[in-house]
Amino acid sequence: MKLSYFPGCTLKNKAKSLDIYARKSSELFGITLEEIDNWQCCGGVYSTAKNDVATKLASVRALKQAYEKGQALVTVCSACHNVIKQTNHLMKNDTAIAKKIDRYINDGSMYTGQAQVYHYLEMLRDIVGFDEIRKKVVNPLNGKKIGAYYGCLLLRPSSVMQMDNPENPTIMEELISALGGQSIIYANRNECCGGYIAMESGELARKKSNQVIENAKKAGAEMIITACPLCRYNLIKNGSDIPVVYFTELLAQALGIKGDTNE
Amino acid sequence: MNKAYPTEELLRISGVNPNKCMKCGKCSATCPAYDEMEYHPHQFVSMVNSGDIEPLMNSESIFKCLSCFACVDRCPRGVEPAKLIEAVRIAVVRKQGNNHLLADDVPNMLDDEIPQQAIVSAFRKYSK
Amino acid sequence: MQRIGVFVCWCGSNIASTVDVERVSEALKNEQGVVFSTNYQYMCSQAGQDLIKSAVKEHRLTGIVVCSCSPRMHEATFRKAARSAGINPYMVEIANIREQCSWVHKDIITGTEKAIILGKAAIAKVNLNAPLIPGESPVTKRALVIGGGIAGIQTALDIAEAGFLVDIVEKKPTIGGKMAQLDKTFPTLDCSACILTPKMVDVAQHEKIRIFSYSEVSSVKGFVGNFDVTIKKKARFVNENICTGCGACVEKCPQKKIPNEFNLGMDNRSAIYIPFAQAVPKVATIDPNACNMLKNGKCGLCARVCTAGAIDYTQKDEYIEEKYGAIVVATGFNPISMEKFDEYAYSQSRDVITSLEFERLTNAAGPTGGKLLRPSDNKHPHTIVFVQCVGSRCSVDSEKGKEYCSKICCMYTAKHAMLVRDKYPDTEVYVFYIDVRTPGKAFDEFYRRAVEEYGVHYIKGMVGKVVPEGEKLKVQASDLIENKQLHIDADLVVLAAAIEPDKSARGLATMLTASMDTNDFFTEAHPKLRPVESPTAGVFLSGTCQGPKDIPETVSQAGAAASKVIALLNKDKLLGNPCVAHSNEEICNGCSQCERVCPYGAISYINKEFKMPDRSIKTRRIAVVNPAICQGCGACTVTCPSGAMDLKGFTSKQIMAEVDAICR
Repeated sequence: MKLSYFPGCTLKNKAKSLDIYARKSSELFGITLEEIDNWQCCGGVYSTAKNDVATKLASVRALKQAYEKGQALVTVCSACHNVIKQTNHLMKNDTAIAKKIDRYINDGSMYTGQAQVYHYLEMLRDIVGFDEIRKKVVNPLNGKKIGAYYGCLLLRPSSVMQMDNPENPTIMEELISALGGQSIIYANRNECCGGYIAMESGELARKKSNQVIENAKKAGAEMIITACPLCRYNLIKNGSDIPVVYFTELLAQALGIKGDTNE
Repeated sequence: MNKAYPTEELLRISGVNPNKCMKCGKCSATCPAYDEMEYHPHQFVSMVNSGDIEPLMNSESIFKCLSCFACVDRCPRGVEPAKLIEAVRIAVVRKQGNNHLLADDVPNMLDDEIPQQAIVSAFRKYSK
Repeated sequence: MQRIGVFVCWCGSNIASTVDVERVSEALKNEQGVVFSTNYQYMCSQAGQDLIKSAVKEHRLTGIVVCSCSPRMHEATFRKAARSAGINPYMVEIANIREQCSWVHKDIITGTEKAIILGKAAIAKVNLNAPLIPGESPVTKRALVIGGGIAGIQTALDIAEAGFLVDIVEKKPTIGGKMAQLDKTFPTLDCSACILTPKMVDVAQHEKIRIFSYSEVSSVKGFVGNFDVTIKKKARFVNENICTGCGACVEKCPQKKIPNEFNLGMDNRSAIYIPFAQAVPKVATIDPNACNMLKNGKCGLCARVCTAGAIDYTQKDEYIEEKYGAIVVATGFNPISMEKFDEYAYSQSRDVITSLEFERLTNAAGPTGGKLLRPSDNKHPHTIVFVQCVGSRCSVDSEKGKEYCSKICCMYTAKHAMLVRDKYPDTEVYVFYIDVRTPGKAFDEFYRRAVEEYGVHYIKGMVGKVVPEGEKLKVQASDLIENKQLHIDADLVVLAAAIEPDKSARGLATMLTASMDTNDFFTEAHPKLRPVESPTAGVFLSGTCQGPKDIPETVSQAGAAASKVIALLNKDKLLGNPCVAHSNEEICNGCSQCERVCPYGAISYINKEFKMPDRSIKTRRIAVVNPAICQGCGACTVTCPSGAMDLKGFTSKQIMAEVDAICR
């Protein structure tokens, strides 16, 4: 099975391991991720302003390409996923903006949100299935206590993302258990790490990240997994004394594609 | 200084209907950037509605919002305060010379690990 | 040839502001059969009705058209007026120019035009109307009350006191409902059990009342005065006529780890159980999903210890058929699931509880014997945060809770806060509120006492997030008056969860053909004037199945519903609806299609002998409608391929005449 794939800027640079192990692992389940031709950066954050058209173009081009190939579009970076899914939702539900964007793209066919967008986690759950993953595990995590960190981008706005219960998500916990680990539930797992504020207010980012780390640790987590390079950066930068890794690394490790992730 | 936008323009840009607000304050209760903000999410909703927009445009608060959508998701009335804050921010940074983040400043903010995502996100939020 | 009078109502300004009533009465003057046409401010008033009556005499009217509100509102009024003027009530037609015209139009020109057309259609119909005589049906002098909470209990007692038989059907093993789970009641703080349990005993001992506990209504047929109801008595594997409620079985049962529903899962019960000490009937029930004997035949201890020999592992569900004249719905409420509000960590911490759970935690018969202890570690909480409006007052597009105010939360939260401060003065109590709503006798005084005398911290604002961390619950909230974000380390968080109608209500509404609103509360026949009657004749509403209400309101409504039932059961016979189907036996070809579509089972087939033109006798199969069962829905008339079936009062000819008048 072939699916379109939007890696995004960070996955080509600082978050290469998020990308590489996503691709390698999917091959094991018979899914080839075909990178979108000439993809452009999604912009990192979605602009909710109704008169902000230009910032949506990169996402629409990627969505359109996937749709025209008859493929669903997979992303693995939380930020790209958030921007692209929100843009797709807008194209589907706001004809006026879809028309405006069509005039920019101007290639003869208007895009109105027909493509299906999957986060890699959704792909694992809905296309591969956690039971299938469980069968392919060669290096089970042996009950390692792992806290999934969702942050804000994966789940919200929930009416658009529709990935999981935004207040009590289970998708990463189910993955952890499929890989043989023990998932640790902690309340701050869906709170913001500070995100881009790290650029101008390291202090605020530190406060927010610390709350996440502390809450995870008090709940018993020995490791944190995330799907977002910026979350990982903020948690590590602000002194997490437990490892913070991409979920794809953990997946690849359990599947025997990668060595130990305990850095 | 910033000349205030009309309320209608901000409501149009954001798609927010502040009359739906029942003034429960849950947006501000759940806001992770509350302490850094001079005006809080519920005040954005209330002040835009009453046309008191200039103080919001002149406030650093618009750059403190993390766009984490906690207020949007948890609002019991579906008001979406973050979208209103975004509209005010856009109204400010779109004006000539109002970019909050300049390319020249960026090199000083970087370290070896900072992901590209942080830089593009900050530019999109802070500048035009 | 009819002599028709047309009466156009202004309904104050309700109709007159968007319909030119003068023009309507003028325009309808020249319609076929019309000999008199006028308009008046309030046609339904005594003066308006007198106007109709005198016009009947003066102009020798044979038919009446009233252009007014919906026939659901005042058709009966005008039919009565017609009868007292000497006209058959079924010679009255209503043109609905309010709900279907003035209220939905803004422009007086289009509104007026439509009103005239609706009037013309009604006139066209009256021209073809024939006097109808309703049949009579007897009234079964027994009432069914569905639900055995305080609403059902009070309704049953009041009906029984008037001398009529009443059956209560309760799906749980005991009656008592939510009130049995409460600790104290606002605003007087009397003990809930102390005022409820005597009533439960009254019910059990009343010679006119039967209780079907652990039972459900499984089907309802028939109509007002003559309901045929099937009650499913679920197997409780205990013969309730023999069981003495001694509790020996409960003690001996080895399976003791079943979450106790009565204490909302905060402690455990055994597989054979009596919900609580004052249960009525006080008999044991075996939970088939937990009992080893029923699951794999390995146990039988309870049967061995039961000296009465009441245990019966072979008991089956039993179906009881009974006739009733009236049905009262008293199915009550439940708190909503907190699933969509997990920012408050309800699923993550046992110390985040709902208000109903709090009732059990403070109740002397509850899991902690009335000592307020945290569920997680049985420690005394020193800081308690109450959150109001969790799931109430949500907009539709937030896709979370309910749009309505649950009405009881402000008062019970004030009660909880006050009682905690009274019993445990070392406890800090915070109540986060959006508004404090206390419209009731001595209600606001009660809430003020909580603040002023008991020092409860009332904070205007909402809680945004609860984070369990270590032994504490980190509560993040806003204080809107001080414009601050508060961070409170709490030991216990209590959520005032919105209430919703019991899930069984929807299925029941379908069985009863009673209507519901979008929240699954039963709809009343009129929101102001007929608040305890459902629009379905013979079906009445009691308690929170109709909308959120507290105990005093529920008891008042229960009494009101009972009085309506008593008035109905007091009659020896009821006039039926003469607008029923009938089959023209000359045309009927005996195809059985009408029999198949009839939802009431009102149609049967007989063989009848017909004299043919050649004087021979031929036997044909024809449809016959039982007018006492037919509800006049019309399904058979549109199904009948030969056109033999027709509905009195709504004949095909009448309907076509209306359509013609509209299209003219």
